Amino acid sequence: MTAGTLNIGHSRGDGLELAAAGSWTAEHAGTLEPQVDAATRTNSRLRSIALDVTRIDQLDTFGAWLLERAVRTLTGQGCETRLIGLRDDFRGLFEKVRAGTHILPREPPKPNSLIVTLERIGRTMVGVGDDLVMLAQMVGALMVAIKRVALRPWTFRLTSMINHLERVGWQAVPIILLITVLIGAILAQQGIFHFRKFGADIYVIDMVGVLVLREVGVLIVCIMVAGRSGSSYTAELGAMKMREEVDALRTMGFDPIEVLILPRIVALVIAVPILTFLGSMAALYGGGVVSWAYGGIEPPVFISRLREAISIETFEVGILKAPFMALVIGIVACVEGLQVQGSAESLGEQTTNSVVKSIFIVIVLDGFFAMFFASIGM
Amino acid sequence: MANAQPEIVIRVRDLVVDLKGHRVLNGVNLDVYHGEILGFVGASGAGKSVLLRTIIGLLPKQQGRIEVLNVDLDQADEDQRQAIERRWGILFQQGALFSSLTVGQNVEFPINEYLDLSDRLMTEMAITKLEMVGLKPDVYRKYPSELSGGMIKRVALARALALDPEILFLDEPTSGLDPISAGDFDQLILTLQRTSNMAVFMVTHDLDSLHTICDRIAVLSDGKIGEAGTMATMLASQHPWLRAYFHGARGRAGRQAVVET
Repeated sequence: MTAGTLNIGHSRGDGLELAAAGSWTAEHAGTLEPQVDAATRTNSRLRSIALDVTRIDQLDTFGAWLLERAVRTLTGQGCETRLIGLRDDFRGLFEKVRAGTHILPREPPKPNSLIVTLERIGRTMVGVGDDLVMLAQMVGALMVAIKRVALRPWTFRLTSMINHLERVGWQAVPIILLITVLIGAILAQQGIFHFRKFGADIYVIDMVGVLVLREVGVLIVCIMVAGRSGSSYTAELGAMKMREEVDALRTMGFDPIEVLILPRIVALVIAVPILTFLGSMAALYGGGVVSWAYGGIEPPVFISRLREAISIETFEVGILKAPFMALVIGIVACVEGLQVQGSAESLGEQTTNSVVKSIFIVIVLDGFFAMFFASIGM
Repeated sequence: MANAQPEIVIRVRDLVVDLKGHRVLNGVNLDVYHGEILGFVGASGAGKSVLLRTIIGLLPKQQGRIEVLNVDLDQADEDQRQAIERRWGILFQQGALFSSLTVGQNVEFPINEYLDLSDRLMTEMAITKLEMVGLKPDVYRKYPSELSGGMIKRVALARALALDPEILFLDEPTSGLDPISAGDFDQLILTLQRTSNMAVFMVTHDLDSLHTICDRIAVLSDGKIGEAGTMATMLASQHPWLRAYFHGARGRAGRQAVVET
C-alpha cells in the first residue's frame, strides 16, 4: 500500500498537469493535505489544470474530499480544472462527497459578556420566583390532598407511608447517631480548649447543651435528611416521571399528590422530630464523653450542670422546628422530582437542585425561627 | 453484492457465551463477507445483541474463535486490536453520542484520536460525514440533546463512518423511527454501503429493512445460527420460527410492499 502523492507536472503555456497516485485514504490524509495545499498555491497565470487521478489505487472519503478541495480551490482561483481518469468504482463515492457543501456555517456572534451576566442574573431571579410559585402550589395541592384524605381516612396510603417511614426514619438512625455524636464531641472539645484559657471549663456544658438542643441537633439532622432522603425522593419521583408512571396514575384517576407525595411527606414529618430527638441525645452523649475524657469533667457533674443550664424550653425550641423543616425538605424534594424531564441529565440536575435548595431553605427557615423564638422570649 | 470469491471479513467459529450463568450463545458459526449487508434476526432475547457485543469485544466469551479482517482477536496484541478497531464502526441502538460534546466534536472524536490532521481538514471531514448522512452543516455546533431521535441516529452513523470503516455494525438502526424515517435510513445505509463497499452487520427486527437492503440474512435461534441465506431461502425455509416470522401478518405485508415497488 503506497502512500498517496500529488505531483506537480510540467506546465505548458497556461496549462498545468497534476498527477495523483497511491492510496488517497484516511491514514495518508495528514501527509496529503500539505501536498494539496502546495499544488493549489499555483501562480495566477494558469488558466487550465488537469488533475490526473488514474494512478490512485485506493480512495476513501478523506481522499475524495482532498481531491474535491483541490478542484474547488483551483476553480475558485479562476482555473478551469478537470479530473482525468477517475475509476468507475470510485465514482459513486466521489460524487457522494462532491454533493456536500462542506461549508461550516459561521459561528453566531458572541454577545457582550456583561449583557450575558446580567441576563443570567435576571433569569436566575425569574427562576427563584418560579420556584416560590411552585412551592406554594405544592403546599396548596398538599392541603387539598390532606383535606380529601381527612374526609375519607381509609384512602390514606398507610402501607406506603410505613414503607417510607422505615426508609427515611429507621434506616437513617445509625448514620444520624454517628454524625451527631461526632458533632457533639467536636463542640465540647473546642469549647473546653478555648474556655480553659479563662478557667471556665465548666461552662462548656452550658454551651453544648443549649447549642445542641436549640440549633445544631435539628440542623445537622435536617441537612443529613435532605442529603439522604430528600435526594432519594427526588430521584424516585423523577424516575417515575421519566417512565411516565406519574402520567399513568393520573389517567387512571388517581391524584399523584395523594398517592405518591402525601405518604412521603407524612413519613418525613414523623421521622425528622424523632431523628432530631435521637440526634440531640447522641450529641449530648458525645459532648459528655469528651468533657470527661478531655476536660476531666465527671459524668455526674456534667449531668447536674446540664440540668441547671437547660430547661424544657431549650428542648422545645429545637424539636418544634423539626416538623416544619421536614415539611420543607419533603416539599422541595417532591417539587424537584416532578420537574424532571425525559433525560438522565435532567434527573441528576434536579436531584442536586433538590438537595441544595432544601438545605438552603432549612437554614433560612432556622434564621426566621431564631428571630421568632427570641421575640416571644423562648 | 457477493463477489465471485467473497473475502470473509468476520469469521465466528463455535462461539459460546454465558451471561449471568445462563448460556446465551451455544456454538455460533457465522461468516460475514466483504461488501455485503447481513441482516441478523432472532426472537427478542435470543442473543443477537450479545453476539454483536461479543464480536466487538464488549462481552467476554467462554469458548470459540472470532476473526475480524483475518485477525484473531484473542491473539492480537494491543496495537493490532487498535488497528482493527480503527477499521470498524459501530452504531449503537440509542446512538450513544457523547452528550457533553457537540455534534461536530462527536464526529471528530475518532478522527482526532487516530489520525493526525489539521483542524481545518478535520472540520471539513466532519462536515463531509454529516452531509453524507443527510444532515445540514448547521447541526455541527448543536448538542445531542437538541436533536430529534432520527437526527441522533444519523449523527451516530456519521460518527461510526468517521474513519471510513471496512465493517459497519448496526444495532437495530431503525428502532424508534417512524416508518418514513426508517425507510430513509435504510436507503441511506444502502447508498453508503454501495459507495464505500463496506461490510454491514445489522441486527434488526425491521422486516422492511430485511426485505429492502439485506443481501443475506442470518437467523439466531436456540443459541445457534439456525439458517443463513438470501431472502428467498428464508421464505422457503421450513424452520418453524422463521415461518412464523416471515409468513406472519407483518411479514406478508412487508413482502407485498416490496413486490409492489
